[in-house]
Amino acid sequence: MLALALVAYYVGRQRAVSVALAAGNARTVHSLPGYHGGYVALWCALPALAVFVLWQVIEPTWLRTSVIAALPENLRTLPGAELGLVYNDIRNLVVGNISSSEPGADIMAAVQRYRALRDLSHSLVSAAVLVIGVAGLVWAYRRVRADFRARNRVERAIEYLLVAASSAAILTTVGIFLSVLLEALRFFGQVSPLDFLFGLSWSPQTAIRADQVGSSGAFGAVPLFTGTLLISGIAMLVAVPVGLMSAIFLAEYANRRVRAWAKPMLEILAGIPTVVYGYFAALTVGPILRDAGSAMGLSVASESALGAGLVMGIMIIPFVSSLSDDVITAVPQALRDGSAGLGATRSETIRLVVFPAALPGIVGAILLAVSRAIGETMIVVMAAGLSANLTANPFEAVTTVTVQIVTLLVGDQEFDSAKTLAAFALGLVLFLVTLVLNFVALQVVRRYREQYE
Amino acid sequence: MSSKPGESVKDVVARGISRRYRNERIFRALGLGALCIGLGFLAFFFYTLIANSYTALRQTRVLLDINFDAAVIDPAGNRAPDDLATADYQRLARDALNAMFPDITARAERRELNALLSSGAGLELRSLVIGTPTLIGTKEPVWLLVDDDVDVVVKGHMSRDLPENQRRLNDRQLRVVMALEQQGRIEQRFNRYFFTNGDSRDPELAGIWSATVGSFFMLLVTLALSFPVAVATAIYLEEFASRNRWTDLIEVNINNLAAVPSIVFGLLGLALFINLFGLPRSAPLVGGLVLSLMTLPVIIIASRAALTAVPPSIREAALGLGASKMQMVMHHVLPLAMPGMLTGTIIGMARALGESAPLLMIGMVAFIVDIPKSPLSPSTALPVQVYLWADSPERAFVERTSAAIVVLLVFLLVMNATAILLRKHFERRY
Repeated sequence: MLALALVAYYVGRQRAVSVALAAGNARTVHSLPGYHGGYVALWCALPALAVFVLWQVIEPTWLRTSVIAALPENLRTLPGAELGLVYNDIRNLVVGNISSSEPGADIMAAVQRYRALRDLSHSLVSAAVLVIGVAGLVWAYRRVRADFRARNRVERAIEYLLVAASSAAILTTVGIFLSVLLEALRFFGQVSPLDFLFGLSWSPQTAIRADQVGSSGAFGAVPLFTGTLLISGIAMLVAVPVGLMSAIFLAEYANRRVRAWAKPMLEILAGIPTVVYGYFAALTVGPILRDAGSAMGLSVASESALGAGLVMGIMIIPFVSSLSDDVITAVPQALRDGSAGLGATRSETIRLVVFPAALPGIVGAILLAVSRAIGETMIVVMAAGLSANLTANPFEAVTTVTVQIVTLLVGDQEFDSAKTLAAFALGLVLFLVTLVLNFVALQVVRRYREQYE
Repeated sequence: MSSKPGESVKDVVARGISRRYRNERIFRALGLGALCIGLGFLAFFFYTLIANSYTALRQTRVLLDINFDAAVIDPAGNRAPDDLATADYQRLARDALNAMFPDITARAERRELNALLSSGAGLELRSLVIGTPTLIGTKEPVWLLVDDDVDVVVKGHMSRDLPENQRRLNDRQLRVVMALEQQGRIEQRFNRYFFTNGDSRDPELAGIWSATVGSFFMLLVTLALSFPVAVATAIYLEEFASRNRWTDLIEVNINNLAAVPSIVFGLLGLALFINLFGLPRSAPLVGGLVLSLMTLPVIIIASRAALTAVPPSIREAALGLGASKMQMVMHHVLPLAMPGMLTGTIIGMARALGESAPLLMIGMVAFIVDIPKSPLSPSTALPVQVYLWADSPERAFVERTSAAIVVLLVFLLVMNATAILLRKHFERRY
């Protein structure tokens, strides 16, 4: 198809050149030859592509209905799920995999039929694509004239392409929201939303047999929320003072050389992959804290909330500092000069004039950092625990929303159990919370920016 | 600050001034201290990483006099490639080791002795013999891989003075290792396997190559998808779109997507690409799709900044000479903005390379020994390999995890340095 489109481009171009030569004056042709070529190529490729994609979508259903229609009576009247199994067997046999049972004669016949139909459909589609492509080529070729506005047409097509590309962002958001929401709704069909949001115990192990011990499977997410808040809180306790003070130092005190070196160095912290922080938290910080704790007579779990929170806080420092830095440098110099003129020292100027003026922007930066901390996954997966403790003690192991999503979904799992669906419900909560936080933060920052511009 | 009677304003100010200067100094020191905490952590971090990782470059080997016994390798005597490939080479290594310690005869002790050799030793002998079949029937000294437990002891990561029950090697095994060391038969050589092998349960055979290839395929898919779409979006929003509800909605969406937790993208990948579209689990294709959705906002924002940096005079000149709007954008604005867009793309790619949480969701946490051959074959990625090894209990994986992290960081550094150089090189002032 690509080759056909190239041929079309070339043919259209040649045609335009020959039209121009026949007219004896290149200026009489409205568009450059390349645009004519592009026009012909578009007409050749786009309809053919559309047919191809359409058929790709229809083919599985068409194959399924026609293969099933040809099955013998006793198989055809099976209930939906079993029929699906039989059909899967057929498809596996076609691909050459082993099926779940020894295939009977009628199944083998169906396999033959499937193969024949598939080959037929493939050749039909190739033929159709070829015919439509050539037809488009010929039709567009005949339209190439001196006064034909090929450029405008091609440009319009490109513009549609641009619009389509820019909708990708919206499609992604909608896709995220729908995919998470639909699975979460299925979960809420099995577990009531109230139990989920306000239940105090979390043990997602649903039993395989009904009489097993501990088969209840409690889905109360409050311990996860408190765990997330505890770790994020510790992280913010580290990141906000350190980040803010380094931003103030860099923006107000440091000379240009220090600033030119220290700022990128701090931003390296933001560029380190989170899995590296996780490794660091689990293998270096965790044992250090445990040893320090036992030296002081405290019992610190080796997967304590403190370790994960500390490392996460260090990860977030650059977010806080670089955003606050921007905000602080955006405060007009006139305010500082006025304060200094009244006899205030530098630190007094910063604390009493610059900081209040920059406060909304700093709050926005902190909100963004909180949303980062809540959604952070790898550090807590590697350094925080798995047990859902409802505690505010930072020395104990707690678990978070993201840890539970990962543990519920990693590995093989059936897709209908409440256990896996719970992960999507947690994902929904996470998505909504971070969405709200980001939205508020962006609004705050934007309003603040407008204030001084 | 209350003023006492008979005191002028000047006195009040003078009384407070030393305190105020002290506060000033404290405040300044606090700022410097905060900066130092941040940078100090960075230094500490790199120090531990490098201190942990450099030993992974070398791997302990033992010198054994291998008797390439034709009766073991090729009993049929016809040098058929199939026979050579399936022979019991591990036995050659075992025999050579046993021959050095003839006084060890008890079955259990012999087994302990054999456990000192890596299971990769046989594989090495095999490739030796297949490479030069003339070795068969000769007796040659060969440096062979030892087990990771021996490696750990030789490198000094595990103290030899620990009580026996806390050691991975028992006293007898330790004596053998020390005897070999005294004979100069134990040496550390360059660890080639770390760079050429896939994952393995045996640390001495585990490498990062399959994860690197997986990451490469994934980035390829990400680049192919996200760069065109992001550039097209940026061009549309900056050059063509009128400000209306729809474009506002797109902008809000882009800004929000940039801050959605990466794990949520993983959920999207699992629900949409794997369960709905039926794409294979663990495939770099799916990983690339998910990561391209994640990097889109990054590249779009950078590309828009690059487009706004092109001065309007260039646009007006092009339009004034009769170019259409599309020609103006494609022939004049886009080439000028391209370096900025590429810089943003590289930074976005670097972020995609370091991302691991969404990959856990779509099943790329797999034990992959083979080198992936296409974006559809099951594979893992560098950061996920780090995650997997960090979970492994063997002590020998610690240095490998650190080394894998260093490799990952070197890749990131190279990418970011390229981006900075690109920006420096093409930066122009209008």
